[in-house]
Amino acid sequence: MPESSRRTKGKIRWSKLYTFTCLRPSTADFVHQEHLGQPGFSRVVLCNETQLHKTKPHKYPSNYVSTTKYNVVTFLPQSLFEQFRRVANLYFLLAAVLSVTSLAPFSPISLVAPLVFVIGISMLKEAVEDWHRFLQDLNVNSRTVKARVGNGRFADKKWRELSVGDVIKVHKNEYFPSDLLFLSSSYEDGICYVETMNLDGETNLKVKRCLEATLGMNEDEELSKFKGTVRCEDPNPNLYTFVGNLEFENESYALCPAQVLLRDSKLRNTDYIYGVVVFSGPDTKAVQNSTRSPSKRSRIEKKMDRVIYLLFSFLFLISLVTAIASAFFLKYEMLEWSYLRLQDDDNPLFNPSKPKVSGLLHFARALILYGYLIPISLYVSIEVVKVLQTMLINKDIEMYDEVTCKSVRARTSNLNEELGQVEIILSDKTGTLTRNEMEFRKCSIAGISYGGDMKEVDLAASRRMNTCAETCRSSIDESNTSQSFEFSELSEADIMVTEKAIPGGREDGENLSTENPEISTVGKESVIKGFNFRDDRLMNNRWIHRSNLYDVIMFFRVMALCHTGIPVEANQTDKLKYEAESPEEVAFLVASQEFAFQFFRRTQSVMVLKELDPSSGKVVEREYKILHLLEFSSSRKRMSVIVRNKGGQIFLFCKGADSIIFDRLAENGKSYQDSTALHLSNYAEDGFRTLAFAYRIIESAEYEHWNSIFSQAKTTIGPERDELLDKASEMIEKDLILLGAAAVEDKLQKGVPECIDKLAQAGLKIWLLTGDKKETAVNIGFSCSLLQQDMKQFHLCLSKEAETKIQVKAMKEDLLYQIESSYQVMCEECNKDSPFAMVVDGKALEVALTDGVKNQFLQLAVNCAFVICCRVSPKQKALITRLVKEYTGKTTLAIGDGANDVGMIQEAHIGIGISGMEGMQILYFVYKNIVLGLTLFYYECYTSFCGEVLYDDWYLVLFNVILTSLPVISLGVLEQDVSSEICLQFPSLYKQGPKNISFAWKRIIGWILNGVVASLIIFLANIYILSSAAFRQQGEVADVAHLGGITFTCIIWTVNCQIALLVSHFTLIQHLFIWGSILSWYIFLLVYGALPPAYSKKGFHLFMEAIGSAPVYWMITLIVTVASLLPYFMHIVIQRLFYPLDDHILQEMKYCKKESINNQVWQREQSNSRKSTLIGLSARVDARIQYLKEHLHQRKKSIYRSVTSSPIYKSLTSSPLFQ
Amino acid sequence: MDVDGEGVSAVATGDRTIPMHPGRHEAFHQFTQQKLPACKPVLTPAWVISIFLLMGTIFIPIGLVTLHASQSVVEVVDRYDIECIPEAFKSNKLGYIKDSSIPKNCSRFLKVYKRMKAPIYIYYQLDNYYQNHRRYVKSRNDQQLLHGLKYNGTSSCKPEQTNNGLPIVPCGLIAWSLFNDTYEFIRGASELTVNRKNIAWKSDRDHKFGKHVYPFNFQNGTLIGGGMLDPRIHLSDQEDLIVWMRTAALPTFRKLYGRIEEDLNADDVIVVNLMNNYNTYSFGGKKKLVLSTSSWLGGKNDFLGVAYISVGSSCIFVCFVFILLHMKNRRPYGGHNLFVLEQERHL
Repeated sequence: MPESSRRTKGKIRWSKLYTFTCLRPSTADFVHQEHLGQPGFSRVVLCNETQLHKTKPHKYPSNYVSTTKYNVVTFLPQSLFEQFRRVANLYFLLAAVLSVTSLAPFSPISLVAPLVFVIGISMLKEAVEDWHRFLQDLNVNSRTVKARVGNGRFADKKWRELSVGDVIKVHKNEYFPSDLLFLSSSYEDGICYVETMNLDGETNLKVKRCLEATLGMNEDEELSKFKGTVRCEDPNPNLYTFVGNLEFENESYALCPAQVLLRDSKLRNTDYIYGVVVFSGPDTKAVQNSTRSPSKRSRIEKKMDRVIYLLFSFLFLISLVTAIASAFFLKYEMLEWSYLRLQDDDNPLFNPSKPKVSGLLHFARALILYGYLIPISLYVSIEVVKVLQTMLINKDIEMYDEVTCKSVRARTSNLNEELGQVEIILSDKTGTLTRNEMEFRKCSIAGISYGGDMKEVDLAASRRMNTCAETCRSSIDESNTSQSFEFSELSEADIMVTEKAIPGGREDGENLSTENPEISTVGKESVIKGFNFRDDRLMNNRWIHRSNLYDVIMFFRVMALCHTGIPVEANQTDKLKYEAESPEEVAFLVASQEFAFQFFRRTQSVMVLKELDPSSGKVVEREYKILHLLEFSSSRKRMSVIVRNKGGQIFLFCKGADSIIFDRLAENGKSYQDSTALHLSNYAEDGFRTLAFAYRIIESAEYEHWNSIFSQAKTTIGPERDELLDKASEMIEKDLILLGAAAVEDKLQKGVPECIDKLAQAGLKIWLLTGDKKETAVNIGFSCSLLQQDMKQFHLCLSKEAETKIQVKAMKEDLLYQIESSYQVMCEECNKDSPFAMVVDGKALEVALTDGVKNQFLQLAVNCAFVICCRVSPKQKALITRLVKEYTGKTTLAIGDGANDVGMIQEAHIGIGISGMEGMQILYFVYKNIVLGLTLFYYECYTSFCGEVLYDDWYLVLFNVILTSLPVISLGVLEQDVSSEICLQFPSLYKQGPKNISFAWKRIIGWILNGVVASLIIFLANIYILSSAAFRQQGEVADVAHLGGITFTCIIWTVNCQIALLVSHFTLIQHLFIWGSILSWYIFLLVYGALPPAYSKKGFHLFMEAIGSAPVYWMITLIVTVASLLPYFMHIVIQRLFYPLDDHILQEMKYCKKESINNQVWQREQSNSRKSTLIGLSARVDARIQYLKEHLHQRKKSIYRSVTSSPIYKSLTSSPLFQ
Repeated sequence: MDVDGEGVSAVATGDRTIPMHPGRHEAFHQFTQQKLPACKPVLTPAWVISIFLLMGTIFIPIGLVTLHASQSVVEVVDRYDIECIPEAFKSNKLGYIKDSSIPKNCSRFLKVYKRMKAPIYIYYQLDNYYQNHRRYVKSRNDQQLLHGLKYNGTSSCKPEQTNNGLPIVPCGLIAWSLFNDTYEFIRGASELTVNRKNIAWKSDRDHKFGKHVYPFNFQNGTLIGGGMLDPRIHLSDQEDLIVWMRTAALPTFRKLYGRIEEDLNADDVIVVNLMNNYNTYSFGGKKKLVLSTSSWLGGKNDFLGVAYISVGSSCIFVCFVFILLHMKNRRPYGGHNLFVLEQERHL
C-alpha cells in the first residue's frame, strides 16, 4: 500500500506544525447549551440521512442561493409595479386610460404609444440585468463538491443539490458550499486551516478543530457509516457564535464555532476535510449576513423626483388656471357665441348651465393636455444613457487589468452618475489597498539601519523642490523679488541637506531614483517574492564583514528560528518556499534564506538551519532542538522559541512589538535601544510593520526550574490555565538582549498611494474599514500616506466587550467622554494646517453606533480627514456606511474586494466623461418639455381655454421619442468637458462633482426660467409674425395647421440647438444626432404630408404646398431660434469670460496653448489646484517641504542673530565708517 | 465582460495607445474608449465678439430688407359692421341682422392712399370669433366632405348632423356658420372684376373636397347659421366654403375673399357695395374689409423686420459692451492663477 503510506506521511508532515503548540481544551460556551431545543435553538440536523430532511418537520431550504430580483412568474407584475411606482409613469398611465374617453385632447395612440415605449424599454433593461444575475447564480450554484452518494463512495454533486445532512468532502483551496460541521481532516489531529477573507476581511488563516469523537473518521468508507444528530441554533447572521451539540454513538458533545466551517470561506493548507451540511443556502451565515441589496437610487434620481414634483405642481397650477378660465368663459361669454350652438346638446364639457362641472372636466383635460410638461422619456433616456455608460466603463482599456485579464465590470447601471459625486470613500484594507503579501524591507541590526536611510517622503520632497527650484530660477529674471531668491536658495540648500545620504550626487530629481542603487528599489518589483531589500553591506553574504558580527548572526537566527512556518520544496533551485500562519513570517523566512540562514527542515522537535559560517565561509547544517514555543497572541504581542543547540546552550529567541520587547530588556541588553527606537519610528512612519528582535541565553539550571513550572501550568485544567501559562512565560521572557528590528511592508496594490493622493486632492474623504487589528490598520494608514506623523490622532477604544447592561451604560459614558474631549481638542486647534485622524476599534465602534452616541461620534468622524475603523465585522461595515450616508447626506463609495484592483478604481471616477453633465441631462429634459408644454398653455389663452391643441397629435408623439431624444442621450454618454488625462492631472476638478453645481436648485430654477422665456419668445413671435395678414406672396393667410407646423419647427430648432450649446465635445455622433434630429423633423413633415389626407389630416401637403415655399417660414425659424437661445448664450458667455469654472479655464488653456502644455504655468496651476489637500502623499510632501523651509529659515535667523549680536558686528555697524 | 480579444492583446503588449484595428473596428474602438476625434469649441473673447458681430451684421440688413418689404405693402382696412346698420337699428343690432325682411345692402367708400399694384387681395377680417374653439373645430367630417353621402358616420358633426332625419352635406358647425357677406367694388363708373377662383389651397380642392359631392339638405333647418350653398356646384368648387373650413388659429383672423386683378391708383375712391348678412352682433365680433397688395413676404407685417433689427442691434450692442469689459477687465487666457480664486470663491 504505497499510496496509503505516503498519505499517512503527508498527514504527519502537515500536522507537525501544531503538535508542539499548547493544546487548548475546547472552551465551548457551556452556558448556552441549556438553550438548545428552545425557540431560536431548535434546529435538528440528521447527519447522513438527507431523505429525512425532505419532509416536515425537518425540512430546510435547498442549497440554492438566488440573487435575482424577479422570477419568470413575478417578473411581469413586479417589474410593472416597479415602473408605476414612479409618479410620472403612473400619471401617464392614468392619462392613457383617460385617453379613450372624450375627455382627452389627444387621440389614444398619442398617449399610449410613448408610455408603452418607455415602459417597454425600462422593463427590457430590467429583464436583461436580471438575466445576467441569474446566469451568475447559475454559475455559483453549479459548482461541484464531492458528496457521499452511498456505500462509501463520494461523487461530484452540484452545490444547489446539496441538502442539510449531506456529508461532503472539500479539497484544498475550495470554497465551502454551505455551513458545515467539521468532522475530520487530512491531518491526524483533526485541524484544518480556513481563510475567511470573504467573510470578515481577516487575512491570517484560522485554525478549526473537529471534535475528538469524529477525528478518526478520515476515510471515505468510515464516513458512510457515520450517523449522528446535530441540535443547534437556528439560522442567524452572527459569524462568531455557534451553539449546538452533536449526538453521536449515544453520547452528546458540545459544539463551538471552532467546529463550524462557513460558506464563502476557503480551505487552505489542508488536503481535504469532511463535513456535514448544517445550514444550507439562504440559511447560511454568509447569506444571512448579506443585506439584501435594495434597488439603490442615486441622489440625482431622488432630486429628479423632486424636480418632477415641481413640474407636477406647475402642471397643476396651469391646469387650475385653465379650468377656472374656461368655466368663466363658458358662463359669461360662450353662450353668446351663436356659431357654437352650445344649447343644442348637453355635452358636459360645454354645458353653459353647469359651468362648474365643465370647469372640473376641463381641469382633468388640462392635466392631460399639459402633460408634455412632464418629460415622459426622461427616465427611459436616463436609463439608456446609464446602460451605455456602463458599456463604456466595461470596455475601457484604461481599466483593464493585465494580470488577471479582466476588465472592469459595472454590475448595476443605476448609480453611474454618483461616481462623480462621491465625497467619502469607505475602503476595505486587505485585497483592496494591500495585496496581502509581505515584503522584507528594512532592518536595524545592532543600532545600524540597513536597506536605505532615506524616508520616501523626504525623497519625494526633495524631488518636488528640485523642480520648483528650476521653475523659480527661470522666473527670477522676470520678477526679481527677494522672496523667490530666498526660495531658490532655500531649496538648493535643502537639496544638499536631503541628498547628503545619496552618494550619486545632485542630479536632476527625476534621474535621482535611477542613478542611485539604494533607492532604485523603491517602486520596483522585487525579484524575490517577499523580499525587497537592497543593501550592499548585508547582501551577498557581505554581512560577515560587519563589526558586531555576533549580533548580526543572532539577528538572523531569530528570523530563521522564531516562527511557526514550514518549508515547502520549490522546484529546481535550492531556494525553498515557506508556508506559515501569517505572511509576515514567510517574509522573515525568505529574508533569512537570502542572508544564508536557510531554515531547511523541521521535525517534531528539531529545526535545521543551513548557516553560513563566517569564519570558514562554508555552509554548515546546524540543528536546534525545540524545547518550547510560546505562541503569539494579541494580548502577549510577542512570540518566543526556546531552543538548545548542539553545544547544549539554551537560547530564547523572541520577537514582538517594540514596546513589549523594550520592557523586558536586561540592563546589559539596552545598548542599541535608542538607535533602534529611532529607526523603528522611521519605519513606522513609512508605513512598515515593525517587529523588534531579542534573545537571551538561559542557564540550564534556570531552564529546568522554569520548565517544571511551565509544564505544571500546561497541564492545569480550568479557566485559570491561560493565566498561569502567561505568568510562566513572563518568567522566562525577561532580561532580553536587544538585537534590532525588522520592517516588513504590507505590500500595497499597484498604484494605491498615487490613487489615494489623487483622491485626496480631489477632496474626497477616506475611511478605512478593516477586520484587521489596529496596529496593522495604522501601519497601512501610514504607508498610504493617509496618516502623517504630525497629524492629530484620536483613538477611541474600549478595553472589554460589554456583557451586562450596566457595563454597556458605563461604556457609553466612557466613549462619550472620549468623543467629547477629542471634539474639544479639535475645536481648539481648528486651524487648517493640522488635519485630524481618528482610529476606532471594533468594540468601541459597536458602542459608538448605538443610539445615544451615534451623532456625536459621526460629528467627530466627519470632521476628521481620515478615519480608521479596525476589527469591524461585515455587518458593522454596512452599518457604518449607512449611518455615514444618512448623517452626512453625502454620496459614499464603498470599495471592497469585489473590485479588487484599485488601479481600476483610480480611473473609474474620472475616466469616463460623466462629470458634471449628469444633472444637465435632466435639466435639459425639463427645459425642452417646458418649452413645448407651455406653448400649449399659451395657445389655450387664445382659444378661450377650450382645450384645443395647436399641434398635430403625431408631432407630440414624436417629440419625445424621436425628435429630441437622441442628442441628449449622446450628451449623457459622450460628453467630456475636459479629457481624462487632464482630469488625472488636476484631481481637484473633481470637487465640482460633490458640490453638484450642475444640479443645484438655483440651476434648476434657472433652467425652468430659460424654458419659460424660450417658450414665450417662440410662441409670441410666431403669433405676431403670422398675424392675420397673409404669410405668402399669393395672399394666403395662415390657419391653425400652418401656425402649429411653424411653431413646432421653431421648437425643434431651439431645443436641439440648445443642446448643441451645452455640448463642449463634438464628435461625429453628436453632430449626427443633433442635426439629424432637426433633419428628421423635416423628413417627417414631408412623409406625413405625402400620406392621404385621411391619415395626415392637418399635415397634408403642409410643408410642400404651404410653409416650405414661404420665405417667412425660414425667416421665423432663424430669428426665433436665435432669439430664444440668446438669454442662455449670454449666460454662458458671461460665465466663461468673467466667472469661469476650473474646467473652463482648463479648456481654454488647452485650446490656447496647445504647444506648451508642459510649461511652468501648467505646473503652477497643477500645484495650486492641490493646495487645500490635507491627506495623501502630496500633502505629506508639502508638509515636509514646509517643515524643511521653516527649519532652514530658523537656522538662518539664528545665524543672523548670532552675527548681529556679536560684538564685532556691533562695533562695525556703530563705527562711523558705516554711516 | 468579453473584451475584444485582439484589442486587448495589442494594448497589453504595447503602451496604452490605440491598437491597430482596421476601419470599422477602429471606429468602434475609438467609440468605446471615448477617443473619437472631436472638436471642442471654446468660447474665447474673440469668438464671442465675432459671433455677436456676425449676428448683428447679418440680422440688421435682413431686418431692413424685411421691413422694407412690409412697408411696400399697401393695405386698406375698413370696419363696416357698425356703420352698415341703419340708424333706426343702432340699438337693436341683433333685431336688424336677424330680420330677413330688412335689406342688408350697404355702401362703403374706400380711399386708396397709395398706388396698389395688382393683384390686390380682398380679405374679410373677423375679430373675437373663436373659430379655434374645440367644439367648433371638431364639428366637421372630412370623410363626408370627400366622399359625400356615401359616408354616413357623421356623429362628429353634432349638433349640425342631420335635419328632418336626413343627413346634411356638408355637415357640422363650421359649414353651417359659413360667412356670407358679399362685396362688389366699383371704381368710378366701372365695376372692378373680382376673381374668386383659386382662393383656396389647391390641396384642399383636389384632395379634401370631393368633386362629386354636392351640398344636400344644407341650411334647411330652423336655425340658419350663415351662408347658403348652391346645391348644383360640387364642393370642390365651393371655394368660399373651402376657405372658411380652414379654421383659423386665433380669434382674430382674415380670410381671402378674392382678387382684384387691376392696379388701383393713389387717391382712387372705391365704392364697395356689400351685403351685411353675417351675424357677428350676437357675440360682439367685428367685421372688416381689407384690400391689400402683397410682397415676397406676404402681407403687411412689420413685426418680423422689427424683430430682426432689434435682435441684430442688441447683438451689436452686446458686442461693444463685451469689447469694453474685456479691455477693462482683461483676464489672461490660460495663464492665470484662477484656481486659487476659484477655490476661494467656493469656500
